[in-house]
Amino acid sequence: MSLMVLREQLNVLVNSMFLEGLLDAQFRQLQMLQDASNPGFVAEVITLFCEDSERMLTELTKLLDQAVVDYQKVDAYVHQLKGSSSSVGAQSVKLSCIQFKQFCEENNKEGCLSELNMVKHQYYSLRSKFETMLQLEQRIQAYDSEQQN
Amino acid sequence: MGLAAVAEGDRRWWWNRNVIMVLWMMLSVGFCIGLHCHMRTESLRKAEETLTSMCEERARMLQEQFAVSVNHVHALAILVSTFHYQKNPPALDQVTFANYAARTSFERPLLNGVAYAQRVAHAERELFENQQGWMIKTMKREPSPVQDEYAPVIYSQETISYIEALDMMSGEEDRENILRARATGKAVLTRPFRLLESNHLGVVLTFPVYLSGLPADATAEERVKATAGYLGGAFDVESLVENLLHQLAGNQEIVVTVYDVTNTSEPLTMYGVHLPDGHMSLSHASMLDFGDPLRKHQMKCRYRKKPPVSLSSITTPSGIFVICMLVGYIGYAAWSHYDNVKEDFRKMEELKKQAEAADVAKSQFLATVSHEIRTPMNGVLGMLDMLLDTDLNLTQKDYAQTAQVCGRALISLINEVLDRAKIEAGKLEIESVPFDLRSILDDVISLFSAKSREKGIELAVYVSDRVPTILTGDPGRFRQIITNLVGNSVKFTERGHVFVQVHLAEHVKMVIEAKTGLNGHANEANITSATTVFNTLSGLEVANSRNTCESFKMLLSHGASLSCTFGSGSVPESIADKVTLMVSVEDTGIGIPVHAQDRVFTPFMQADSSTSRNYGGTGIGLSISKCLVELMGGKMNFTSRPHVGSTFTFTAVLQKCGKSSGVDTKRSLSEVLPACFRGMRAILVDRQPVRAAVTKYHLRRLGIITEDVRTINEALYTVSGQNGYLNSSQPGKQQPSIFLIEKDSWDSKVDFHIQNQLLQRKEAGHMQDVPKVVLLLTTESEKTRAGSHADNIIVKPLRASTIATCFQQMLGMGKCQNKDIVDNSASLRGMLDGKNILVVDDNKVNLRVAGAALKKYGAKVECVESGKSALSLLQPAHKFDACFMDVQMPEMDGFEATRQIRIMESKANKEAPPEDGSVMAKRHLPILAMTADVIQATYEECAKCGMDGYVSKPFEEAQLYQAVAKFVVPQQITGSS
Repeated sequence: MSLMVLREQLNVLVNSMFLEGLLDAQFRQLQMLQDASNPGFVAEVITLFCEDSERMLTELTKLLDQAVVDYQKVDAYVHQLKGSSSSVGAQSVKLSCIQFKQFCEENNKEGCLSELNMVKHQYYSLRSKFETMLQLEQRIQAYDSEQQN
Repeated sequence: MGLAAVAEGDRRWWWNRNVIMVLWMMLSVGFCIGLHCHMRTESLRKAEETLTSMCEERARMLQEQFAVSVNHVHALAILVSTFHYQKNPPALDQVTFANYAARTSFERPLLNGVAYAQRVAHAERELFENQQGWMIKTMKREPSPVQDEYAPVIYSQETISYIEALDMMSGEEDRENILRARATGKAVLTRPFRLLESNHLGVVLTFPVYLSGLPADATAEERVKATAGYLGGAFDVESLVENLLHQLAGNQEIVVTVYDVTNTSEPLTMYGVHLPDGHMSLSHASMLDFGDPLRKHQMKCRYRKKPPVSLSSITTPSGIFVICMLVGYIGYAAWSHYDNVKEDFRKMEELKKQAEAADVAKSQFLATVSHEIRTPMNGVLGMLDMLLDTDLNLTQKDYAQTAQVCGRALISLINEVLDRAKIEAGKLEIESVPFDLRSILDDVISLFSAKSREKGIELAVYVSDRVPTILTGDPGRFRQIITNLVGNSVKFTERGHVFVQVHLAEHVKMVIEAKTGLNGHANEANITSATTVFNTLSGLEVANSRNTCESFKMLLSHGASLSCTFGSGSVPESIADKVTLMVSVEDTGIGIPVHAQDRVFTPFMQADSSTSRNYGGTGIGLSISKCLVELMGGKMNFTSRPHVGSTFTFTAVLQKCGKSSGVDTKRSLSEVLPACFRGMRAILVDRQPVRAAVTKYHLRRLGIITEDVRTINEALYTVSGQNGYLNSSQPGKQQPSIFLIEKDSWDSKVDFHIQNQLLQRKEAGHMQDVPKVVLLLTTESEKTRAGSHADNIIVKPLRASTIATCFQQMLGMGKCQNKDIVDNSASLRGMLDGKNILVVDDNKVNLRVAGAALKKYGAKVECVESGKSALSLLQPAHKFDACFMDVQMPEMDGFEATRQIRIMESKANKEAPPEDGSVMAKRHLPILAMTADVIQATYEECAKCGMDGYVSKPFEEAQLYQAVAKFVVPQQITGSS
């Protein structure tokens, strides 16, 4: 019974994320890629994404703190972030990244800074949801394995 | 002029221009003044020259006349010496002399008289006075005082007889003259003085007369001694010069003055008024030689008036000045115009740049936005699809369907806008893949079948047999064009038909030429008669009737005579690799108003605003279609007559597919038609030959041999063999198993009749099997009218596959080895199953996702994170079947890595040609670029560095399928499926 509840909760969570525009269809694709042969796929990808993104966000913060900003480097990082976010289906982060990239091409420092904050904000709100989601999944898997045992 | 707005840097130029202008003005003023002066001096010089010549002329004449007179006086002197002194007694007396002198006076025009004075010494005075009978008197007419010698006048001309007996020696002037004359023996002149009596200015000429012949070199004393007398004459210079001048031209203009300049410091005026020097600059002095060496005379001439400044010396320079000013102004104006134009050009250039940037931004924006809209829309549509699969009540289903239709419309509109943007940005590429034209047309027709049924219009396709089955080109774009044209036609047609035809362009041309040569006139006559049932698909008139009805028949007959069976093999091969197709879409709709016909291809322009109100649509489709047709190397045209219909025609150049592609491609590309109807026979009852041809075309594709007849009765005869025509010519032939009847040959009576007839025939043993009767309809609603006697009903539009399904049902054949069309996902699995694939991406997340996606299709995936490690894995003799490569990577990007891989491959190919390389002659690893920016990643860019294609990131199934299908070897499909 609690398994059902957990699944329901997960569904509600994911749907709310879709509704909020945090995720897009690509995330559905990810979910579809997860099957019996590959049970922790979504969790794995999400963890990878989070690690990657955090690293890049700290790098970006460092870069933009400097007096003379190396926009090429910033651009490269933002591109990376955009790529991984679109792969994961993190729509809000991706859209912010597109905006960020534009400011970066214009060498607009203020725009970049505000957009970095935006990306961070989007990312952190996404991460908290992802964390909840991963916890739910872990619990579901734990139940699954219990049942199998 | 707007020069105030000129930037600071340009001010120097503009300043310079004015300076140059002022300089030019000064220069031209200077030049003109110079010219004026030059002309003045020139005219002055000319005046001086004329003056000189006139003066010289006068002087010479005066001198000559003077000389003549002097000579004559000389002659007189000799006369006197001869007749007075050498004759004894003297032969001369006063009377003779006067007479002679008077008669010869014409010889001496300058002298008003001559007189002879004898030299009388004081000692001889008394004797002389006695002899003559008068006293010697002085000039003042007093008796002469005692002198050394006297020179009394003894002979005189009558004109001056008043000086007779006057002693010439008594006058100061005369005395001097006489003394000088006798010393020199030459004519001598006095200073000018007032003559007696006339009171005119004059000079007196004195000539000595000697007693006996003197030697030429006699001394002065000898001469004085030998002197006998003096001959004298008075020159009345004043009147004489006046006379002379009167005879000459130009008298009025000049003033002549004659001076005696013996005493140079004080010249004496002989004639004219003496004017102080320098009174007038222009004067000329000519020396006069009157034969007296002591006296010097001069003639001075000058103009009476100051010579006027000539008109030309004013007008010419002012004219030149005006011209210079004009030239200057023109130059100035041209310069400033040039500057303006340059400035404008610069502005335009700037604006152009801005516009271009805006254009690029616009198309990028459009691409981005439409992409962004498409993604969620796809979600919406997918969800709706899923929703429709669930259990819904009717209302819900209706709502969902409506939503789906709207969504599809929106997506297609977005796609159109994106297409348009892509075309404008020049980023649209025409693909070149093999495809089956007929199945594409069938698809298009089926798209519009619902609409055409609803409206009751006849929608038909006909593809000429000469068009090859498999062509290479861009099927998507081809479909897009045809869909657009057919969509328009269906939208604007309320009755009649929409007819799509595909022929070979050269064939059409040939036929039309032949036709116009043969029966152009007869055809026109047909059109003019309003009541005629037109020989078209639906019997209604069409816009381009000349090209369709007549030539269609001819096309049919040509096609039939050349190739009787359907299939690629029977199509006569032409040497050229290219095929030009002529596609026409003909309708009997509302037509395009004449005034709107020239802007049909302008985007967002419909015939008029009311059109979009009635029929909807954006009007972008035609312009896109035209662009696409042009990209395919063809042309799009149309003919349209309001309230009659429109015919859109376009040509497209496609490539013939190589023979090597074989059956597999064919199967994978075209909808597979069942082969179980081959060799069957059918009879078609249709009044309209064109419509019959279309139906036959579809049946022929199924391999069914069709007879067409006009009426049911004819058909029955054919079946029963009563007319004997068919059976006798082809004995033992299979009986027709299907009867196809067009709706207009059908009514309930016929229905009943035919069934009876057929049953009768069967009973009579004429045939083993009753042929099935199939009714062809255009609208669903007609079904009810049709009655029950037909075995089956096909609602148009006809498609080979619809007919096949219908026949299968009817004849109970079941599914005869007809394979289901494999869907993308399954075929992807088929293609990728078991393949070794290398995925290269620096982004771990991307890498993981792409890998998982490919694994889902059964591929064995290996992932690396940089171009370098990919290179090391892809050293020749590797196991990979394909490689997906990210484009943007640090250190070595996808393009560079691909280049390196290709270099390695070519090296390896040279060193060790692969042994099994019969099919794939060379090692060539398919490399696909992965990119997030689909609009920027052009196929060309990928191809340039040796990539085989590109896929978007994250993967889209359809696109992945397309890209993979290009390089996967066909036998893999058959093996796996």
